[in-house]
Amino acid sequence: MAGPCFHCGEPLSGREPWTVRLEGEERPVCCPGCQAVAELIRDSGLADFYRYRTAPGSRPGGGPAQAPDDDAPWRAFDRPGMLDAVSAPAGDGTRACTLLVEGVRCAACGWLIEKRLERLPGVREVRVNPATARARLVWDPSILPLSRALGALAGLGYRPHPGDTAPADVALRERRGALRRLGVAGLGMMQAMMYAVALYAGAFQGMDAGIEQLLRWVSLLVATPVALYSGWPFFAGAWRDLRAGRPGMDVPVALAVGGAWAASVLHTVTGTGEVYFDSVSMFVFLLSLGRFLEMGARHRTGSTRDALARLLPQSARRRGAGGEWESVALPELAAGDRVQVRHGETLPADGRLASAAARLGEALLTGESRPRVRAAGEPVLAGSLNLGDPLELEVERTGADTRVSAIGRLLDQAQSERPPLAAAADRAARWFVLGVLAAAACTWFAWHALDPARAFEITLAVLVVTCPCALSLATPAAMTAAIGHLARRGLLVARAGAVERLAHATRIVFDKTGTLTRGQPRLTAVEPAPGVDPEQAVAVAAALESASEHPLARAFAGLAAAGTPEHVVVHPGLGVEGTVGGRRYRLGRPDFAGDARDEHAGGTRVALSNEDGVLARFVIADALRPEVPREVRRLAALGLPAAIASGDAPDAVAPIAAAAGVADWHAGLAPEDKLARLRALQAAGERVVMVGDGVNDAPVLAGADVSVAMAAGTPLAHTSADMVLLGESLAPLADGVAAARRALAVTRQNLYWAAGYNLVALPLAATGWVAPWMAALGMSASSLLVVLNALRLGRAPRRTPAPAAVLAQEAGA
Amino acid sequence: MNILYLLIPLTLALVLLAGWAFFWAVNSGQFDDLDSPAWRILVDDGEPTRDDDGRRE
Repeated sequence: MAGPCFHCGEPLSGREPWTVRLEGEERPVCCPGCQAVAELIRDSGLADFYRYRTAPGSRPGGGPAQAPDDDAPWRAFDRPGMLDAVSAPAGDGTRACTLLVEGVRCAACGWLIEKRLERLPGVREVRVNPATARARLVWDPSILPLSRALGALAGLGYRPHPGDTAPADVALRERRGALRRLGVAGLGMMQAMMYAVALYAGAFQGMDAGIEQLLRWVSLLVATPVALYSGWPFFAGAWRDLRAGRPGMDVPVALAVGGAWAASVLHTVTGTGEVYFDSVSMFVFLLSLGRFLEMGARHRTGSTRDALARLLPQSARRRGAGGEWESVALPELAAGDRVQVRHGETLPADGRLASAAARLGEALLTGESRPRVRAAGEPVLAGSLNLGDPLELEVERTGADTRVSAIGRLLDQAQSERPPLAAAADRAARWFVLGVLAAAACTWFAWHALDPARAFEITLAVLVVTCPCALSLATPAAMTAAIGHLARRGLLVARAGAVERLAHATRIVFDKTGTLTRGQPRLTAVEPAPGVDPEQAVAVAAALESASEHPLARAFAGLAAAGTPEHVVVHPGLGVEGTVGGRRYRLGRPDFAGDARDEHAGGTRVALSNEDGVLARFVIADALRPEVPREVRRLAALGLPAAIASGDAPDAVAPIAAAAGVADWHAGLAPEDKLARLRALQAAGERVVMVGDGVNDAPVLAGADVSVAMAAGTPLAHTSADMVLLGESLAPLADGVAAARRALAVTRQNLYWAAGYNLVALPLAATGWVAPWMAALGMSASSLLVVLNALRLGRAPRRTPAPAAVLAQEAGA
Repeated sequence: MNILYLLIPLTLALVLLAGWAFFWAVNSGQFDDLDSPAWRILVDDGEPTRDDDGRRE
């Protein structure tokens, strides 16, 4: 097996003909797109990118094939109206704009973008923030049109989204707000702890009453912002939960924080009893830290709005007043406009089909993977892919009024209504909280009857000693540590609850398309006839296929073509015939092209011929990812037998299933069949992990116990999935299952410890043996133990080498 | 021990100062990007790049 693609990291079959010469060595790459980008990077003197990067490069393509540095699609942004909309004057004749850049994966990506743009004449300043994928560009419009800068970015494989920074702004505001709360909690916690140590020491050794009262007042001042400012999200969450009638984990947290703070304030003012400001601050800090880390993971998967913005094209071709087609930016479109959409482009707005019947891919909107035929005059939706001839569209609704935006709002709403950490909270802890409240009430009544003077002190000791801190920390602390660990291994967890469900999973179902395979037909082998230059043959084939709409023609999309074909005749079911460079060629089924050789196994064979005979044979296949058989075995060893539920024809699925080592496979399933199959498995008691690329699997992904989207899937799939596999390898899945199980084991240990501690401490406290300060100390120690136990997860022993190490070994072998 | 009446409030002043500095840092974007500054210092702008046929930036 060959190593991964030098540029994008995708595993290679070893048959790819493309290489890049870098630092004196030929480096294999997976496609001409990666080759072009790598050469561009090398020729720009930016080869250091490959040394500095920590994540594979962005694979070009995904959208319409684009030659490097082609700025034509971005010309719309040079129009004065549009320029004003996306940028602002920055003084001295320059303008500044903020771009959202797709595909930025690590700091080296940012470095590469900065270096590339800084070399363009007229660029004054470029600053890329890889964390938020935003770039700030200051340039001189009189020297450099914006479209050239955008085209240069797109040529590197990073698709820019000018003026589309609202989602990133929201994320940035959220991050800053959470960081401020976390910082206040951290500072307050450290300070309150120091005062608390003095108070505890004073309790043992005796302390001047004035000093003690001063320390209490100072603790109050330090802990109050922690409880009220840093702890505010918990109070807000608890209030929201109570109003919705679904008490989540925020309720006991808010009760504990609010109760302990209020009691401490009361005791400080009256000068009697104990204070618990240190416990309050620590509790708030640790919980805030967990939520902050989770928020970081969520931001990395991106918001739904963000994903939607990337679905729609940046510009559209509108018919101007004079009847000519002009390129305009999306916000300039208005109802009533006539828009042209070419083959392979996405519809920019909702409207009616104004030209003849069209074939549209509506997978994103309906989950239906097969193309739909729409007749003239029928409504069509933004976000559909034009799979047929160029079509014309009469615009009816644009921007936020489109159906795809409405779907996005629904998804946003669904996500915000289910706070991930609250969903992860253990129901047992909730019952426990009710139990504690009941026990505290009983204690108070009992002591009120026996010794009213001690009733409050002892009730408080009961409340504090059994404070659900350790219990409510048990799950989030372990989950936070596990999420961080998984992210480093290449599995991004977007919903914390999914870790627990992943640990319980008993079956894994793959959608064949794009998960086990590379997801698109690719040229896997070229067999030239003797004396024929393979590159020339590929170029001729690419030229001919550029005129074809056959699915297999996509294998040639993006390859360097030898000019534009003329006199093209498409023979349906056979192939295509045309003139390239003055010579007549035939490309298609071997018998069509006059090739008598036998069918090649493991792919579709296409032959190219001219009047002299057969020039070359191409093998086009949707190849299995090389690491799949090994990963299937690893998952099975972990107790997750794999299954395939594919929408493709049985004869396409069978060889893939056999090669992957999956015995349980179903082919020809519509999305609803897949869902029914999933439900049947779940009804049989199975916990199902569904791995999909998300476009046609959205309903199935939503129905699974754990849904995993591939990094190569659509951004929309990322936002609706529980987890996202970063990179192209499946290896993190098995690692993830093992890590999730360890996390669950640690969670159990934590819960047992917390419950055991409480069981011992509650009777002692209720009978008046534990002073509140002892209770606070015990509770803090208990919480600390739980957190330390959870932190073990982050540095769990590596039972399997990292994917990169495996690939390197196999490449060397 | 009377000095404690001065020292303890002094710690409070220090915490307030640290809190103010932290808020300033967050609001001015110091924490927005925690990854790339570490790289920027390594990839010196003035360094002549390789494969660059003698041309310097």
